Amino acid sequence: MAEALKVPTMAEYMAEGKKPEVLFWVGCAGSFDDRAKKITKAFVKLLHNAGVDFAVLGTEESCTGDPAKRAGNEFLFQMQAATNIEVLNGYEIKKIVTACPHCFNTIKNEYPALGGNYEVVHHTQFLKSLLEEGRLKVEGGKFKGKRITFHDPCYLGRGNGEYEAPRDLLRKLEVELIEMKKCKSEGLCCGAGGGQMFKEPEPGNKDVNIERTEQALEVKPEVIAAGCPFCNTMMTDGVKSKNQEDDIAVMDVAELIASAEDL
Amino acid sequence: MQIISQILFLLALVAGIWFFTRNVKRLIRNIKLGKEIDRTDRSGERWVKMSRIALGQSKMVKRPIAGILHVIVYVGFIIINIEVLEIIIDGLFGTHRILSFMGGFYNFLIGSFEILALLVFIGVIIFWTRRNISNIYRFLSRELKGWPKNDANYILYFEMVLMLLFLVMNATDYQLQLNGVAHYSQEAGVVGAFPVSQFLLPIFDGMANATLIIIERAAWWLHILGILIFLNYLYYSKHLHILLAFPNVYYSKLQPKGEMDNLEAVTNEVKLMMDPDADPFAAPAEDEGDAAEPEKFGASDVMDLNRVQLLNAYTCTECGRCTSECPANLTGKKLSPRKIMMDTRDRVEEIGEIINKNGKFEDDGKQLLDDYILREELWACTTCNACVEACPIGIDPLSIILDMRRYLVMEESAAPNELGISMTNIENNGAPWPYNQQDRLNWANEN
Ligand code: SF4
Ligand code: SF4
Repeated sequence: MAEALKVPTMAEYMAEGKKPEVLFWVGCAGSFDDRAKKITKAFVKLLHNAGVDFAVLGTEESCTGDPAKRAGNEFLFQMQAATNIEVLNGYEIKKIVTACPHCFNTIKNEYPALGGNYEVVHHTQFLKSLLEEGRLKVEGGKFKGKRITFHDPCYLGRGNGEYEAPRDLLRKLEVELIEMKKCKSEGLCCGAGGGQMFKEPEPGNKDVNIERTEQALEVKPEVIAAGCPFCNTMMTDGVKSKNQEDDIAVMDVAELIASAEDL
Repeated sequence: MQIISQILFLLALVAGIWFFTRNVKRLIRNIKLGKEIDRTDRSGERWVKMSRIALGQSKMVKRPIAGILHVIVYVGFIIINIEVLEIIIDGLFGTHRILSFMGGFYNFLIGSFEILALLVFIGVIIFWTRRNISNIYRFLSRELKGWPKNDANYILYFEMVLMLLFLVMNATDYQLQLNGVAHYSQEAGVVGAFPVSQFLLPIFDGMANATLIIIERAAWWLHILGILIFLNYLYYSKHLHILLAFPNVYYSKLQPKGEMDNLEAVTNEVKLMMDPDADPFAAPAEDEGDAAEPEKFGASDVMDLNRVQLLNAYTCTECGRCTSECPANLTGKKLSPRKIMMDTRDRVEEIGEIINKNGKFEDDGKQLLDDYILREELWACTTCNACVEACPIGIDPLSIILDMRRYLVMEESAAPNELGISMTNIENNGAPWPYNQQDRLNWANEN
């Protein structure tokens, strides 16, 4: 098996009196969810590959408070925000990258008014900039010519207007990028946001992830690309419920790049 | 005789405007039931957004069929109303086609009004068939049953009738001019151009001038009275959007859609709790202060919402574009963002009625939560912002849903069970799942 990844923490950097180029905010899903951990590792490999000097908070990281806020618990959200901002400001963090659109949105938009001002980018935006700077090479590897559709995460797309960074990366992989009938600003939610990930759905005639999976299946993709650990779970479950998991993979954009490069 | 009709006209006009003013005052009073919110920043951007979305209808055309028809009806309706100016002057001073001194330009204007009137008429008929015959998802929701559906149809009938009256008025006028009847015919020959209504002439063929005059006058009067009634119908109708869309877009949120406001009252409390320098003896006093004047978190009734949210409710056209994009609604849940807006308006109106009767609001034992909007609706939302994106006039149903969730969670601790557990987890171990924070970096060493 591959040896353990080298993942430096801010505390280690601090001890050495160094500052990283960017802080990688891993997020709860990225830290604990088995599927999402793979995305985290794929992204770390890409960071190493591109020679990015990064660190994580490790055990000093805590939930951004996004699910609490959107569930209506503003109090808990602001407690989480205050704690995190104290840690981030203590390390004089300037730039943050995260593979979770919820963490991205919360830290970027909702922390500033509470005293946390950082440049925050989504991992697809960061990878794109690495590409443009020539630090990362992305070429059509094993996904070249494959039919791939991208599912827009609400908090990256509609929430923050970023539709192109993940698509640009996919184009670099020379895949056949196909769009679902509902995409970009009209993309349908996977059903996980607003705290839904952590509760049973209300009575209805279908689960949201099934509806979205059906929209994806309509375009007959070989891979459904995602940019959010929660979307990933939702779409994976959707594909499984259609018994298509052997034919259709659900993969994060970072995973696609890492595995195309055989990292 | 002439003077009597002038006086009647003046009375109708004054009554129409008086009633309209009264309604506008009530509307403003009701919106002010909401909390103040400062949306006066970045005025440049706001003007641009308003001209693009409200005036330019840039979001309407995202759905091409409905959008283009709407643009036609909207442009037609506004431009034809220039004609109302002439009607008012004629009515007040007993003149006939007072603006005809403009000559060729006048003919051009009347001619274009006629063509627009025809287009509006056709547009409105297509709208009617879409609403009543085609099975369009967003026109089938349960919240449209009853009054809202009738309201929408009444407006369409109104517009059809107004356009017909306008054309009949022109046709008979034209015939009277051709017949050289006094008051109608002018030295300069025929004034006005009648590219559409000329085709109606055969209907009036052979009619006596006296009959023609009666028809022309009747059409003229019904047309202007219809417009005055329409003006006053607005307040009771989803058609209020033709006025409110403008301020509504102006005051809409400019931040990224994903950003949700931080409650200031909470910020202050959190600061106090986190401040290591806080005087330990001051803390209990602070608690007492809180107990004396408890700040209500979130919204259970319309007074807890802000004024932009109430303006949103009055502006909503009930088009259902929001609902037809809502993931919860599409999968059969009770939530419909349009219903959130309609309920909010109904509740503000209900309170407004109480104030009209009693001079002030007296508790009627009802509230927005439960009596109008159900918890089941609120909890079905994924906060995906599809509704906000879809709304052609900048309405934000999500902000109301969030404020009501805040009330449920912070005032009533009434979150759904599993959601409550995940919040407890966040509180205890910094993640929505019950994992130890000390294990947060374990992934780096796992294979
Ligand atoms: S934000 Fe909520 S109400 Fe609006 S479309 Fe999404 S799920 Fe529906
Ligand atoms: S909120 Fe907007 S999109 Fe929804 S029904 Fe009202 S006007 Fe239409």
